Amino acid sequence: MAADVKMVNLTIEGRPVSVPDGTSILEAAKTAGILIPHYCYHPALPVAGNCRMCLVEVEKMPKLAPSCATAASEGQVVHVHTDKALEARKGVLEMLLINHPLDCPICDKSGECELQDYTFQEGRAEGRLRDPKRFNPMEDFGGDVLYVTNRCILCTRCVRFMDEVAHDPVLNVSERGDRAVIGKFEGQDLTHPWAANVIDLCPVGALLSKDHLNKARSWDLDRAASVCPNCSQGCNTIVEVRDNQVVRLRPRSNDEVNKYFLCDHGRLNYRWMNRQDRVSTPMVRQNGILATADWEIAIRAAAQLLAGKRAFVLASPNLSNETLFLLGRLTRKAGGAGAFRVNQGPEAPLPGVEDLALRSDRAANVRGAELAGFTRSDTPLAGMQAGDVLIVADEELAGIDAVDVAKAGAILVIGTTLPAWARHGANVVLPIANCVEEEGTFTNLRGRVQRFLQAKAAPGVARPSYFVVGDLLAALGEGAGYWTAGQVFDALAASNTAFAGLSYDTLGLRGLPMAGATTGANA
Amino acid sequence: MGFPHKPHERETLVLSKYFGDPEAISLDGWRKRGGYVALEKALRMEPAEIVQVVKDSGLRGRGGAGFPTGVKWSFMKPGDGKPHYLCCNADESEPGTFKDREIMRWTPHALVEGCAIGAYAIGAEVAYIYIRGEYTEPIARMEEACREAYAAGILGKNAMGTGRTVHVYVHKGAGAYICGEETALMNSLEGRRGNPRIKPPFPAVAGLFAQPTTINNVETLAAVPHILNNGADWYKQFGRADNPKSTGTKLFSVCGNVARPGNYEVTMGFPFKDFLYDLCGGPLPGRKFRAIIPGGISVPIQTVEEAENSPMDYEGFVANGTMLGSGGVIVIDDAQNLVKQIARAARFFAHESCAQCTQCREGTAWTTRILERIVAGDGTHEDLDTLLDIAEQMTGKTICVLSDSCATPVVSGLKKFRGDFEALIKRKKVHMVPVQVA
Repeated sequence: MAADVKMVNLTIEGRPVSVPDGTSILEAAKTAGILIPHYCYHPALPVAGNCRMCLVEVEKMPKLAPSCATAASEGQVVHVHTDKALEARKGVLEMLLINHPLDCPICDKSGECELQDYTFQEGRAEGRLRDPKRFNPMEDFGGDVLYVTNRCILCTRCVRFMDEVAHDPVLNVSERGDRAVIGKFEGQDLTHPWAANVIDLCPVGALLSKDHLNKARSWDLDRAASVCPNCSQGCNTIVEVRDNQVVRLRPRSNDEVNKYFLCDHGRLNYRWMNRQDRVSTPMVRQNGILATADWEIAIRAAAQLLAGKRAFVLASPNLSNETLFLLGRLTRKAGGAGAFRVNQGPEAPLPGVEDLALRSDRAANVRGAELAGFTRSDTPLAGMQAGDVLIVADEELAGIDAVDVAKAGAILVIGTTLPAWARHGANVVLPIANCVEEEGTFTNLRGRVQRFLQAKAAPGVARPSYFVVGDLLAALGEGAGYWTAGQVFDALAASNTAFAGLSYDTLGLRGLPMAGATTGANA
Repeated sequence: MGFPHKPHERETLVLSKYFGDPEAISLDGWRKRGGYVALEKALRMEPAEIVQVVKDSGLRGRGGAGFPTGVKWSFMKPGDGKPHYLCCNADESEPGTFKDREIMRWTPHALVEGCAIGAYAIGAEVAYIYIRGEYTEPIARMEEACREAYAAGILGKNAMGTGRTVHVYVHKGAGAYICGEETALMNSLEGRRGNPRIKPPFPAVAGLFAQPTTINNVETLAAVPHILNNGADWYKQFGRADNPKSTGTKLFSVCGNVARPGNYEVTMGFPFKDFLYDLCGGPLPGRKFRAIIPGGISVPIQTVEEAENSPMDYEGFVANGTMLGSGGVIVIDDAQNLVKQIARAARFFAHESCAQCTQCREGTAWTTRILERIVAGDGTHEDLDTLLDIAEQMTGKTICVLSDSCATPVVSGLKKFRGDFEALIKRKKVHMVPVQVA
């Protein structure tokens, strides 16, 4: 922290807190481990102060203060859990619920709903409304967003996100009083490439993902910290899995990369993680037929294929740093070369956050592939010489001329799927896990190295990609294989100066910039 | 003047002297009646001097809160390098209040002059008069007055030949009660939804267009020229001798079950009993006063006994459990269903809530539903406890005081006229029982 920042000292729930001048009481309380219940406040949005949930008692102030909109000041004594503050919050909760349909059993938000949480924590046991509830119909907001009007608490997080972060003011508060609803301006839809963030921002079940609608109960989901593999930005995500199927991707906050956000392309592009046409067992071609084999046999066959040959690796830029590093070593050992290509799409920035965009490079580890010594090319097989062993690492060769492929002396597939050409052309197939089925790291376009964790099981006997390539290297006489992604990463950090000083453990779940990298989102 | 009635001899006519006088509307007519002398004098004074005179006069905000005007003006620091603004709050949306309407209808130039002086005193070059959209006639009069003032060189870049710049613009509201709240008014002026803002920052720090802004009521600003013309001591003489905190004259708009409704201008501290029975002519034949709301619907209801003891000034009303408010006196007699009146007031607030704060958005509507159910004969005794509990939640917990205003008539009504509620509950409708078919 810079020395010129003035600090103020206050007491919150009896705990001394010291925060920079200008910090809100709500944020100051967080630093002391106290969560003041709130709905409308969100750290990435301008303060609205309208839910009145975060009211706290501040000594010497005549009225309860909204902690989100009240600056912490020197010597303040703040009480969060006094009777007076608690009564106020109970009152707010009751009012929020009088017209709420209480349809938790059929609500997607159930289980991760702040209205449920705070009501459970400190709400009244019974409501006192004796009159009919207000009813408003649902509305399709366009994009991936469905608005369930009756559940809305009008915190206006969505409106403020569209206004101040997406800079696409599509939403508004329409009407007044208890007739008020979130509305769309005439003729406009939530089609902004980042619009679906309003679903995560919504503290209740009012804004729902159409994609996720009625798919899962939140308590049935397994969650893993991950990194979005759909472009080179490297947004931190939570992969949510039900019955070994990825059902939802959500943003995981990282101030250095994506703040609290994830673009619509990133969050909706997860179906490939659940592909049913995966290759689940190693295969070796025998007598012209691709037959399933044990891992030991397949690895040995692959090593025999490579023995004394030059290898050319066509890698996917969605492979982890670890796998690409080992493939690079394989290439060098076999005296060959490696290349990769990157799918392209239109870039879509989020204007309210510096250096955050859906990037045109639609792959997670372009930077990592370059650092591993692979050449980026739109004609990736150009560097292959006739008779080379072509190692196709998680590439489907879509759009690549069969004639070019046919120049290869032999084809080794290290992949997640088995495309039609491979059934005829591959000599050995080694099945690997995809990026939500294994651990590893990606390097984003700004040189930030970030870990992703395993979210689901790989099909059949498919193994983590670093494990497979490590075994192959061992079979070729180099090393003894690796048990964990961490071991590979530490070997990478020891051998590649770009990764010098980093270790798998210190990366944590928010990642670290490489030495000399432009650091993260704010570079 | 008890406009539309003839002035009563016990009134003190300062602001309302020319109500009903069509000649006072035009610039020429206004000049003949002493108009723009004060402005000319003011523009040759130092702003700080004007602020001091207004401070000394004891003038307090006539919109409802009663904040000392001179003190408010002194919050505007000169030479801070920022543009200052003056807003004139002519939204006058408080039910029962129609004093500003008459000022703008009959003496539009008094307001233009007051705005010009006020703007100059706080270092602003621009003043906005925000008038509610329903006031079509006052809007037309004010716009015409501004046109005349510009044409005569009173306003503009060289106001009255003094080299000072004073602009006065008239802005039409779209008809929302909440736009009479100062920060909502500023949002509305800026072209945003009229939602009250969180304070701090207060308008004197960051108001209209995030610049230092002062906002004053029509009646307050219209009183300023008189103070400059006649001096602070002249203004201070109006009022109770034992209460120097409330000075000057005040316009009261009287409506409801009274013989002579209308606007009356009396000095601060005037006995409310005399006001009701003498100036306003007492109750209608054969009726008796029952409840009085002395300052617009937002202030606590008084029983007639309480009201009769009140001197009509800020402190006098507070001492009797209510507030001077905007001076909109609502008189309810014994022929009225008081609960129905309170329900109607609650419905108004429920309709006008801006929908920001939870307690206000839901609480005003819930209160209305309960009250209307009681009126319809389907209330229970528990409803009364619920009403008080909701009112407690709606008081002092929101961004602005709209929800407090909705709770006020409910709480004071239940406190003072609980019997009315209970009578309605006891008379509960017997529901039809479906006929059993054997």
